[in-house]
Amino acid sequence: MVDKSWLKESATFSRPVIREIQRAAETGIYDIRGFGAKRQIPHFDDLVFLGASMSRYPLEGYRETCGTNVTLGDRFAKKPIHLDIPITIAGMSFGALSAQAKEALGRGASQMGTSTTTGDGGMTPEERGQSKYLVYQYLPSRYGMNPEDLRKADAIEVVVGQGAKPGGGGMLLGQKISPRVAGMRDLPEGIDQRSACRHPDWTGPDDLEIKIAELREITDWEKPIFIKVGAARTFYDVTLAVKAGADVVVVDGMQGGTAATQDVFIEHVGIPTLPAVRAAVNALKELDMHRKVQLIVSGGIRSGADVAKALAMGADAVSIGTAALIALGDNNDTHEAEYNKLGTSAGYYDDYQDGRDPAGICTQDPELSARLDPVAAGRRLANYLSVLTLETQTLARACGKSHVHNLEPEDLAALTIEAAAMAGVPLAGTEWIPGKF
Amino acid sequence: MNTFDLSDNPVRELNQHLHGAVTGKVVVSNAGGKHSVAVGATGAHEVEINGNVGYYCAGMNCDANIQVNGHAGPGLAENMMSGRVHVSGNASQYCAATAHGGLVVIDGDASSRCGISMKGVDIVVKGSVGHMSAFMAQKGHLVVCGDAGEALGDSIYEAQLYVGGKVESLGADCEEKEMRAEHKETLQSLLDAAGINDMTVDDFKRYGSARKLYHFNIDNASSY
Ligand SMILES: Cc1cc2nc3c(=O)[nH]c(=O)nc-3n(C[C@H](O)[C@H](O)[C@H](O)COP(=O)(O)O)c2cc1C
Repeated sequence: MVDKSWLKESATFSRPVIREIQRAAETGIYDIRGFGAKRQIPHFDDLVFLGASMSRYPLEGYRETCGTNVTLGDRFAKKPIHLDIPITIAGMSFGALSAQAKEALGRGASQMGTSTTTGDGGMTPEERGQSKYLVYQYLPSRYGMNPEDLRKADAIEVVVGQGAKPGGGGMLLGQKISPRVAGMRDLPEGIDQRSACRHPDWTGPDDLEIKIAELREITDWEKPIFIKVGAARTFYDVTLAVKAGADVVVVDGMQGGTAATQDVFIEHVGIPTLPAVRAAVNALKELDMHRKVQLIVSGGIRSGADVAKALAMGADAVSIGTAALIALGDNNDTHEAEYNKLGTSAGYYDDYQDGRDPAGICTQDPELSARLDPVAAGRRLANYLSVLTLETQTLARACGKSHVHNLEPEDLAALTIEAAAMAGVPLAGTEWIPGKF
Repeated sequence: MNTFDLSDNPVRELNQHLHGAVTGKVVVSNAGGKHSVAVGATGAHEVEINGNVGYYCAGMNCDANIQVNGHAGPGLAENMMSGRVHVSGNASQYCAATAHGGLVVIDGDASSRCGISMKGVDIVVKGSVGHMSAFMAQKGHLVVCGDAGEALGDSIYEAQLYVGGKVESLGADCEEKEMRAEHKETLQSLLDAAGINDMTVDDFKRYGSARKLYHFNIDNASSY
């Protein structure tokens, strides 16, 4: 037995790096996986709230109210949606997720008075039935897209990009293409399904403006229209989204989750959520559209602290994907033995693409997906959303705010120079915002 | 009969009417290149549009029979579900993109990406189509009486293509296929539906998927 504690690991060629080179050499295929970026990047953890003190007073927890409601889509839509909490469930496709998981997301979100979102592959009756507010994604593949479901939706989200892969399309591997998924997508069973990276019938913001006008015409100007972009050239993307006529802009940072993307794409394309929020808010302010066009931010939101910080930086709401799946039961220790059989462990599982998810969430296997009880899982999601909301209110009250939207950049300080520069808030203990003159 | 003069009636009123329960004859004049003309129709309206239309005319159509006496801009009949759309002139790019059903007939030429991601629609073009037509085409039939531009049927799934003239080049995973009796029958019914009687099924060649890209294979990486 070698005493490994003496061995020196290379920071450049770490064990996961060595393993990946070996895997690539053996298979000749890039690594496709789910989850989001796994490396360390500047995030909301690098910000803190200043709280109230001499110059401002806090609100009493439990007794003094702190509002959490948000209205989305009142720029042009006749029927904007009114949510009780500023935390929504992000678009995740039926196909990537089991029907039970989709239903559970709908149940959990509805219990908390918030919205859930379809995904690539269309709308299922399970999720429509269980979702009080359902946002219908309009994606490049247009799998399962039809005007009847469009009219059943409470809002429409035109997906231009996703944080995990701005500029990338999708791939649902053959093992997840059950007869039902295939039927909804008009494709043969069991084959790999590529989702296009560009929309088939428009290119560029001028076309998108015409496309949005068409969607409004088809739905009689009732539905709020969201535009979702992966965080990249966020200032310009948000500016163009507003120009194209969005009611709501969704900005998804690079650490945002995915069901199946090349690892190289997940880890190396796009910018983190933190700088993206600031760039988006700057764009909205410059257009005098802040709070008129709502901003939803996603990518790595885990706690009420993340929610509160995103709101303080100027977002109107946040959206969660990975955390919602974890709340349903993803990566839970109870499945450790089965994770081990798949060569992984609870807490590391990211093979959402592969269809053998022991938790019954990212799978179409009838036996595996039957393990997820949509009622119990929905309840867990509602509990989790409730905790996020309470935590957000706790922080808002500490800063003396009677509504979570009254949080402001002024309430924040940064712990690192990077975060100060990216978020545009002063480095803690100084007045210094790097890059601001 | 309902009439809509788009030079003074907004497109909104026309579309609102087409979403209503009352079906019947609708005549649209002075289309003037406007976008989103007759989109989202629900029901068996008989729509006659006079003049050229802009983007997305007849988009997401369900059941209506829409006749355009003029040319059509990009995205004609995009995501159509059922019904019939007939254009007397030419159609611009992405004609019948992602359409699930119904019949689209173009008397003139269609531009690039005709039938992109088509999901069950039948398209008959009496003239020629541009490059990348039937890209990622999933289901349905595209009949081109004239020529097809570069990369026809690139990354095609199960859609079937019939071309009377020259094909400049085939896209990845698209190949010429044998024309069997059942294909001739399908083609004949499409020619009949489009009112084409100066060509016969023997004037056409059939193209479809070689199905080599259906499962990721590293040896095909250059085709992806
Ligand atoms: C399993 C899974 C499936 C997803 N499917 C879609 C999709 O169909 N469309 C889309 O726009 N985004 C999709 N996403 C991305 C989410 O909408 C969202 O942007 C992301 O999960 C937010 O980051 P978070 O996971 O860190 O919360 C998916 C994410 C996951 C984890």
